[in-house]
Amino acid sequence: MTDVVKEEQHITKDDPRVVSRRWLLLKLGVLINAAVGVAVAVPVVRYLLGPVKRKGAYNSWVSLGPIDQFPAGETRLATFENPDKEPWDGDTAKVPCWVRRVSGNTFQVFAINCAHLGCPVRWFPQSGLFMCPCHGGVYYADGSRASGPPERGLFEYKYRVDGNELQISAGQLPTLSTEAKNVFRVLNNEKGRGPCAG
Amino acid sequence: MRWLKQVYNWFELRLQLEGPVGDAVLHPVPRNTASWWYVFGSAAFTLLMLQVVTGILLAIVYVPSAANAWNNLQMLNHDLPLGWFLRGMHFWGSNFMVAVVLIHMAQVFLFGAYKFPRELTWIIGVFLLLMTLGMAFTGQVMRFDQDAYWGLGIGASIMSRVPLIGGPLVHLLLGGPIIAGATLSRFFALHVFVIPGILLLCVAVHVWMVLKLGINEWPMPGRPVRRSTYIAEYHKLSHQDGLPFFPGAFWKDLIFSGAVLAAVAVCAAVFGPYGPTGVPDPAIIQTVPKPDFYFLWLYAVLAYLPPSLETPFILTVPLLTIAALVALPFLAGEGEKSWHRRPVAVLLLATIAVSFAVFTHLGTYTPWSPLMDAWSSDTVPEKFLHQLSPLERQGAVVFQAKQCRNCHSLDHVGGERGPALDDVATRLTEDQLIRQVLQGGGNMPAYGKNLSPSETTALVKFLVTLHPPGQKPATNAAGPPTAALSPPAANR
Repeated sequence: MTDVVKEEQHITKDDPRVVSRRWLLLKLGVLINAAVGVAVAVPVVRYLLGPVKRKGAYNSWVSLGPIDQFPAGETRLATFENPDKEPWDGDTAKVPCWVRRVSGNTFQVFAINCAHLGCPVRWFPQSGLFMCPCHGGVYYADGSRASGPPERGLFEYKYRVDGNELQISAGQLPTLSTEAKNVFRVLNNEKGRGPCAG
Repeated sequence: MRWLKQVYNWFELRLQLEGPVGDAVLHPVPRNTASWWYVFGSAAFTLLMLQVVTGILLAIVYVPSAANAWNNLQMLNHDLPLGWFLRGMHFWGSNFMVAVVLIHMAQVFLFGAYKFPRELTWIIGVFLLLMTLGMAFTGQVMRFDQDAYWGLGIGASIMSRVPLIGGPLVHLLLGGPIIAGATLSRFFALHVFVIPGILLLCVAVHVWMVLKLGINEWPMPGRPVRRSTYIAEYHKLSHQDGLPFFPGAFWKDLIFSGAVLAAVAVCAAVFGPYGPTGVPDPAIIQTVPKPDFYFLWLYAVLAYLPPSLETPFILTVPLLTIAALVALPFLAGEGEKSWHRRPVAVLLLATIAVSFAVFTHLGTYTPWSPLMDAWSSDTVPEKFLHQLSPLERQGAVVFQAKQCRNCHSLDHVGGERGPALDDVATRLTEDQLIRQVLQGGGNMPAYGKNLSPSETTALVKFLVTLHPPGQKPATNAAGPPTAALSPPAANR
C-alpha cells in the first residue's frame, strides 16, 4: 500500500506528462462540480426567495363589513382575514385594525401595529389616544404621533366605500418598509401637531 | 473477561481510536488550571447535549403548525405523561445555557484566554454565543403564544429598518406577508436543523482547538504573553508542572456539570415549564408582550433610545459589537493576562455586567410603558381627596377618566411613564399646569382636543391641590397670574 503511494508520488514528481494529464482531469472534475453546483444552487436561491414579492403584490381589497357598524366620530376595532392565507395559519390569519369614522364616508383605518416595533396599540376613547403596551408609544386619534419612541404616526390602510361596505387595501404586516400606506412622514413638523397650535 | 478484551481489540483494530482518545483525555494541563473557575465551558457543553436530547424528545410530539402548535403544547403540558417535565427541562436548560455561556465568556475574557494562540477559539466562541442567542430566540417562537407572535412582530419591525432591502428582509423572515403558518415552519427549521447543525460543528472545532492548544494557564501578573516564546513556555508549564487532564481536572468538570443538570431538573420540577401564555390570536390585543429574560435588556434599551437614534443604533451597534469582539484577540493578542494588570478590561467587564443587570431589571417592570388599566383599576387614593371643593373633586374624576393614571402615579400606584404627581403643585404653577395639560410636551401628549374647558379647569384645580401639607404650591415669581383660566376658543 505504502509502496504504491510512494511510487505515485515519485511519478507525479518526475514525469511532467502524467502530471499535466492528472491535473487536467482534476480540474475537469472541479469544473463539472462547479457547474452542477450552480445548476443546483440557482433553484434553491429562487425557492428561498419565494416569499419576496414586488411591492404591493400581496395587497388586495378586503371588506371590513357594512359601514353602519362604525358610528361617526368613533374608533372601533375591526378584524379581517388576511387575503394571503393557508389552512394551517389558524388564528394567525386574522388581522385586527382600528377603524375611525371621521364623518360620512370619510374614514381612517389604522394598522394595529405600533410604528415603533409592531406591538398592538390600544384605543382609549376617553382621552382620545392610542397607547402601545410595549415601549409606551402614544398616538392621537388621527393616528399622528403624540409621544414615545415611534418616529412617525400609525400606519394607515388605503380604504374605499363600495356601496354600503368599507374596504381596505391590505395583505402584509405593516412595518417601516412594508407599510400599508404612508401617512405621516418621519418626525415631520411634530410640534405643529399639537391641537392648541392649530 | 477475556472475551470482552477480544471484542475491544476487534473494534480497536478497525476504529483505531485508542491513540487519539488517549491523547485527548490524558494530555497534560498546567496544574493550577484544575480549578473551579475552569468548569463553565464543559458545563455549557453538557447543557447543549441536554438541549439536544430534550429537544429531540419534544420534536417527536411537537406540531410546527400555527393552527395547532399552541394546543399541542397544552397537550404536552397536561395530557402526555411527564410532557410538562420535558418542556420544563428544555426551557430551564435554555435559560441555564445562556447564563453559563455568558459566564464562560466573562471568565475567558477576565483570564485573558483569548490571547495568542487562542484567538480563533475566542472568535468561534463569539459565534457560539450568537448561535446560542439565536437558539433562544427561535426557541421562544416555538412556544407559539402571544409573546412569540408579537416578538416576531418586533423582529420584523427591526428588520424593516434596514435601508433598501428592509421590505424583502421582512418577507424572508416571516416566510410571507404576515406572521403566520409559514413563519413558524421556517423558525422550526432554523431551531431544529440549521442553527443546531452549525452550532454543533462550531462546538467540535472549539473543543478541538482547546485540546490542541491546551487549556489557558492560570494568569500570573508579570508573565505576559509573547508570540515568540509563549508556546515553549506553555509546553514547559504543562509538562513540568502539569497533570493529565483526566482525571486531574476532569473530576471538577464532571461534578459541576452534574450539579448544573440537577439544578435544571429541580427548576423544571419545582417551577415547571414556561407558557405557552395567551393564544396567538392577533385579534386579542389585550396583551403586553415581553421577551424571555436574556432579551429583556434589549427590550429596555429600545424603550430608552430617542426616536432619531433608534434606526442607526439598531443597524450599527450589533454589528460593531460583534466586530469588536472578533477584533479583540487581534488588538490585544499579547501582553498581560492577569486581571491585576488589566484594569481597563476589569472595568469594561464590570460596566457591561452592571448595565446588563440594570437594563434587565428595568425590563422586568417596564417603567416606560403606560399601565393600560390603571385608570380603571387604581382609584385616586382617598388621602388626596380630603377637604376638596366639588370642583376639585370633579377634577379628580377627570384625572381618572382621561387615563392620566396610566402614565402618572399617585401614592406609588399607577404608570411610571410620566413623573409621579403626588407633589406636582410644588413644581408647576396653575398656569404651567394648564399649558402642560393642553399642549403636552416633554413626552406627554397634548390633551387640548380631548378636554372641554370645564374639564380642564376642574383637572387643573385638582392638580393644584397636590402638594405635601407643609409645602406651599409653586407660585409665579413674577407676580400674580395675569391671564385667567381660558383655553383657546378653538378647543370647543
